[in-house]
Amino acid sequence: MTGRVRRWALAAGLAGTAALMVAAGTGLPRFGGDQHPYGARAVAASLRQQTANTISSVNFDQRALDTLGEESILFGSVLGTVVLLRQTRDEHRVRPRPERVPAALRRYGAGLLPVTLLIGLYIVAHGQLSPGGGFQGGVVIATALHLLYVGADYRALERIRPLGLFELVDGSGEAAYVLLGGAGLLAGSAYLANVLPHGTFNTMASGGTVPLLNAAVGLEVASAVVVLLAHFLDQAIEITDNRKAHR
Amino acid sequence: MTGPLAALPYATAAWLFLAGVYGMATSRNLVHAVGCLSVTQSSTYVLLLAVGYRRGATAPVFSDVPTSVPVVDPVVQALALTDIVVGATVTALLLALVVQVDKGHGTVDPDELSELKG
Amino acid sequence: MVRLLPLIVAVPLLGAALLVALGRHVRRAVAETAGCACAAGSAALAVGALVLTHGTAVTWAGDWRPHHGAGVGIVLVGDRVGLGLAALTSLLVVAVLAYSWRYFEEPPRGHAGAFPALVLLFQAGMCGFALTGDLFDAFVFFELMGAVGYALTGYRVEEPRPVQGALTFGFLNSLGGYASLLGIGLLYARTGELGMAQTGRRLDAAGGPDALVTGAFVLLVTGLLVKAAAVPFHFWLPDAHTVAPTPVSMLLSGVMVELGVYGVARVHTTVFAGPGGIPAAHFRRTLLVLGVASALTGAVMCWQQRHLKRLLAFSTVAHTGLFLTGLALMSDGATAGVCLYVLGHAGTKAALFAVTGILLDRYGSVDEHQLHGRGRGAWRLGLLFALGGLALAGLPPFGTALGKALVEEQADWLPLLFVPVSAVTGGAVLRVAAGVFLGAGPVPEERPGRQETAGDEEKPETGGLLRWLPAPMITVAVLLLAGALAVGTIPGLAEGTATAAAAFGDHAGYLAAVLDAHHSTPAAEGEWWTGPGVALGLLSAALAVALAVPAVRRLLPSGGWTGPLRRLHSGHVGDYVAWTVAGIGLLSALTWW
Repeated sequence: MTGRVRRWALAAGLAGTAALMVAAGTGLPRFGGDQHPYGARAVAASLRQQTANTISSVNFDQRALDTLGEESILFGSVLGTVVLLRQTRDEHRVRPRPERVPAALRRYGAGLLPVTLLIGLYIVAHGQLSPGGGFQGGVVIATALHLLYVGADYRALERIRPLGLFELVDGSGEAAYVLLGGAGLLAGSAYLANVLPHGTFNTMASGGTVPLLNAAVGLEVASAVVVLLAHFLDQAIEITDNRKAHR
Repeated sequence: MTGPLAALPYATAAWLFLAGVYGMATSRNLVHAVGCLSVTQSSTYVLLLAVGYRRGATAPVFSDVPTSVPVVDPVVQALALTDIVVGATVTALLLALVVQVDKGHGTVDPDELSELKG
Repeated sequence: MVRLLPLIVAVPLLGAALLVALGRHVRRAVAETAGCACAAGSAALAVGALVLTHGTAVTWAGDWRPHHGAGVGIVLVGDRVGLGLAALTSLLVVAVLAYSWRYFEEPPRGHAGAFPALVLLFQAGMCGFALTGDLFDAFVFFELMGAVGYALTGYRVEEPRPVQGALTFGFLNSLGGYASLLGIGLLYARTGELGMAQTGRRLDAAGGPDALVTGAFVLLVTGLLVKAAAVPFHFWLPDAHTVAPTPVSMLLSGVMVELGVYGVARVHTTVFAGPGGIPAAHFRRTLLVLGVASALTGAVMCWQQRHLKRLLAFSTVAHTGLFLTGLALMSDGATAGVCLYVLGHAGTKAALFAVTGILLDRYGSVDEHQLHGRGRGAWRLGLLFALGGLALAGLPPFGTALGKALVEEQADWLPLLFVPVSAVTGGAVLRVAAGVFLGAGPVPEERPGRQETAGDEEKPETGGLLRWLPAPMITVAVLLLAGALAVGTIPGLAEGTATAAAAFGDHAGYLAAVLDAHHSTPAAEGEWWTGPGVALGLLSAALAVALAVPAVRRLLPSGGWTGPLRRLHSGHVGDYVAWTVAGIGLLSALTWW
């Protein structure tokens, strides 16, 4: 197709879509209004469930099925990336060379790693209380491990990153979420029902299953991100392509 | 915010969507096109959060405020969180495909990929 | 039983999680058996729910039931059509996993279960999408099947083409998904609800539709129409099918595309079919234009192909167009016909892809020209392929023919579209069958400079070329075709479908069942074969043969007039994005005026 046809199709489409959006926008409620019926019900339900962080209550209790799907998208995408970035027949691995890192950077990495790891764990553990939770904390935990790549080199990262173990944890986190949902059925309620005691508001032991589901997601996200980055880093550092060399 | 400025958050969402689509359609580099797709997606974050905003309200977390204070809509925030996870993972998947396109075709310019046609 | 509905989604997810967790420690045969068992467990749940429950099975995840119609939870709605699609999906997944038994040369190192795990996740996404009664939850499952679908399409990364096709698939489906999410956001702004039934009830209470409702509708269905591969949102489908591993193509064409069609109909009937939604005339016009355009484009492009998988892909575009046309009629009879058509089409199309996959693994090509006469010894394969072609054309008593006949009865002009379109798609398959398995006619000439995708560069998906026909592959193909035959010959199925369709189209009934636990079963008379229906089926099958015979002898013109249409299918992701956004503009115009 010639670029001219594309430009016309694009121009017409953008104009039509813009017109649609402007027209639809005239029907939107005033920005910052007070009418949020679902939001108001969600806040009330969250307080009844003794969950101070209402967003976590929505994500892990009231709409926990969405989060099962969301976690599965992450899980499936990481598995997909593992498959897509696998070492193919034409490729071989080179052992990464040790890298020299400035001493200041090394100290910075070494100092920051445990702090970051701790913050990540804190964010996962306090998902029912304060902003954060399994997704956010999991990413922070995975980031902490990669400070080793910045502060030392790829070989150091590889030593603390046995991929087999991380894949085991990745799958276990996903399985734990599915099984915690099944516990609701076994307890005589519905799938993903919050059947544990709701505990005391604004304490660690509150929210019923919310902290457990957060922990499952935290495990899954932390290890999934490690596995994901491992495959991208492998492509950049270890895997060389014979096909490309031949061209 | 009152007057025409009150429409700004909504207008921003529409603009991000259109700008991302324009970028994808005219891109000469697949990595750039994946970035444009993320721009398109960010329109959904802006719309959701704008819809849930409430004037004078605080974050919907009650660990350090009394339960009587008005808060913004927590549902859209939960949706935006889900949306962000979806966006990040799909971006990773598409970038993995771009890595392999580069290996297989030796280029990431969509104009030079012409194996599938007709 | 009703409480167990979420398990239809959860069982495959658990299977995938275990396959990944233990992937390094199990042998391939164990992983594949476990994958099959999980898919079959989910299939048993879906079929069991279909048999054991009556009317609309409603369950709230987390037991968050609404009070006086207002709640905070997500509802799963196992009505007949939703459960039927979940059952169809799960059964097809079992067939696909059995077909791909020992399929790929070797799984990725240390990931023996990667392929079955991805297929299970795909199954979970599709079943969740079929069962959910919540708009945002539908978006989540839409994205799950999307993300896993891109990875499965690009599975054979050693070759350059698959990654390109998968990337196109990923761009367009993601773009469509985000458009849908904008639509969901607009509806949330108006109604403050995410459930389909709740949103529909609030819109009805708010009075007549305005620009916001129209805009939300257009954006919401854009994503679903991309999934359904309706013209002009269809460009990703031929490219993805051309390159995807054969078992994946079976799932994409057999159920995923149809789920897009289902999504359009589901969202329309639950949210937009009431007084506060989209006027019926506007909806009908929109769907008719897209349906007819898809049917014609698909048929013309299908006839022009020499790459077998691409040919089948375009025939899916054509048949999706027919499904959309049937749904545009908005009558229970037409919906029942479309349901049967979808069931028959799934079996037929999956069987045709299965045979194509065997050809690829045996002869190392899926190119009509290159395979000419090479299948002479494989009469069983040839018979299957030709039967599939006849079923596609609508030969009674295949389920495709019954479904087609039931839709055609709804209006006098419909046979003028359905007969030629199904005849051309079936005729293209018969043309291939005659050339490849009988060696009929002269060897096709190469047409240098022609804008086309040849199928001679595809690599077999098994370790090397197969010397014999593997029993699982043949068995699956035979069973799938037998399933398509059963759809047209078991009267109980047609009766059940009629009831299902009547409940599916009942806007008020759905709202009452979900929000007020008030169940009513609309009575529906099951239609069955009629004289004109059989005659039209025989006519389109005869027409398919009549097209195939001169085509094999090269007596038909080469179709140079299709050049401009073929050039639109450029494989360029920028072009396709432009057409997608042009499609949003087209939808706006059709829905507005």
